[in-house]
Amino acid sequence: MSTLGFCDLTISYDGVCAVNGFNDILHSGEWLCLIGPNGAGKSSVLRAAAGLINYSGSVAIDQKEIPTTSARWRAQNIAFVPQTPLMPDDMSVVEYVLLGRNPYIKHFASESTHDLEVVEKILHRLDLEQFSNRMVGTLSGGERQRAVIARALAQEAPVLLLDEPTAALDIGHQQQALELVDKLRREQGLTVVSAMHDLTLAGLYADRLVLMHQGSCVASGDAKSVLRSETLAEFYGVSARVHHETDGTVVVIPQRVNSN
Amino acid sequence: MSLAKRATRERAGTRFSVWLLASSALLITAVLVGTMIGPAGPQWWRVPLELLNRLPLVSIDSGVSIEQWNIVWQIRAPRVVLAAIVGAMLSVAGASYQGVFRNPLVDPYLLGVAAGAGLGATLVFTLQRQSTESWLIDPLPLAAFGGALVAVFFTYLIGNAFNKSRSNTTLVLAGVAVTSLATAIQTFILQRNNDVVRQVYSWILGRLSSATWGDVRLILPYVSLSCIVLLMHRRLLDVLRVGDDEAIALGTNIRRVRFVVVLAATLGTAAAVAVSGLIGFVGIIVPHAVRLLAGASYRRVLPLSILLGAAFLVAADIPSRVLADPAETPIGVVTAFFGAPFFLMLLRMRKTQT
Repeated sequence: MSTLGFCDLTISYDGVCAVNGFNDILHSGEWLCLIGPNGAGKSSVLRAAAGLINYSGSVAIDQKEIPTTSARWRAQNIAFVPQTPLMPDDMSVVEYVLLGRNPYIKHFASESTHDLEVVEKILHRLDLEQFSNRMVGTLSGGERQRAVIARALAQEAPVLLLDEPTAALDIGHQQQALELVDKLRREQGLTVVSAMHDLTLAGLYADRLVLMHQGSCVASGDAKSVLRSETLAEFYGVSARVHHETDGTVVVIPQRVNSN
Repeated sequence: MSLAKRATRERAGTRFSVWLLASSALLITAVLVGTMIGPAGPQWWRVPLELLNRLPLVSIDSGVSIEQWNIVWQIRAPRVVLAAIVGAMLSVAGASYQGVFRNPLVDPYLLGVAAGAGLGATLVFTLQRQSTESWLIDPLPLAAFGGALVAVFFTYLIGNAFNKSRSNTTLVLAGVAVTSLATAIQTFILQRNNDVVRQVYSWILGRLSSATWGDVRLILPYVSLSCIVLLMHRRLLDVLRVGDDEAIALGTNIRRVRFVVVLAATLGTAAAVAVSGLIGFVGIIVPHAVRLLAGASYRRVLPLSILLGAAFLVAADIPSRVLADPAETPIGVVTAFFGAPFFLMLLRMRKTQT
């Protein structure tokens, strides 16, 4: 379906380099997870792919360069879930999720029956039906996150960009949200790029991990090859034990430095 | 019917149509009362009778003389209609500005409309104070209209020249700068021409007392155009509520939407200001009252602001005529005097509800 390619992507803010020569290529149904310490450039990569910032180099979907496309085309092909979405408290969940249909609605038209049907299906699928009339401001953190993901899915875009999708969620809702994304990419061939801080979860769900440090990609590959205690110590400055489960799961366990 | 469809229809449909009906009824009542009450003219209850009498195939002896009817039709009626148009325009422009700038405290004068119009009016008062009677068209509304548009044009020019990011803060700050500059020039001119201070002051406070059908004809095209364009943007203003970045990520050409909305709102506001002076408060209080009553979606806020804004200004104009009879109380004073407590009451109502 869709191929997302990064070639020598370089981003700088006011002369300060945030991302330096990022390369990658993702095929339909792949999940790439960007990891790395704060300020490593993970969000910048996602924002460049969403067409929100200027960059040099190339980001392209099916060979179409992002800046040459219209905002509408991008929104039909890329759904972006920001780290802290701005959710108007007094908007109902249905209204909020319907915003995801914006790229398909003509400038001055309003939502069609088809748009409502799409939203209804998504609300059902994300178990949000009973909240559809509730105001977004009255939802809990987990429900809000589901509403944001619902809005992104309503865009019916083949590429999904998630910036810290689980940062505000408890362990149960983290699993729920990620399982949902995983199911969708298996069923619909969604291409997913996410930035995450929880290394164990990142390794658990993504096909590939890319470790970024100061704007550069310093390690890439599957969880086993990227999540190693020496690597983590070098780039995160963390003292952590990496445990390999029998089923192949890689678990990162932080250690006390002064344990007396 | 499916759940989501029912849900949207319930929210956007039933309740909204109730509000739409209620505010239309309020507007009609305000207009009727507005034409019935005034310091001169026939007794109030005779006016509706005469109105009926004027309908085809109806003949009622209302006892209204021709002179009295002239007072109603040539003095009161244009005033009421103008109040309705201006109130509607200021409210819908205020609501749109608040949407585009995502700031609830913004009013339609934000980008320099008021200061520009004030400067234009001041120039007319100082330069042309003796000879305007002989002019073919009254230069005052033209100068105010022109001044307002020039001021906003400069605001946009400065805002875009200095704006490297996509944020709209620069535009707002440019508006502040242009407003202060225009006010400074205005004050300077007034200092040197003390004799027109009173005229300018009364213009600034807002005036509907001299309204004619000519004024109505003058601004109606601009206001209608502006209202239609703004109403067409009501769904997009809802998309903007999630912030610039997300609105772009959802496929909105945010610069174009912002530019068109600001342009339309400014054009209409400048026209309204040109004939009515600076009537404050309406552009903030009416959209907020609508939000408190009917919800914050711009699909409801914009149409209801038009209706309730019109009703509010027509109603506020009634005390301004009779309160200090035979003198006029400036309409701006009345809108603030009655508007502020009403607004506080609404805020309190909402607090007890939630």
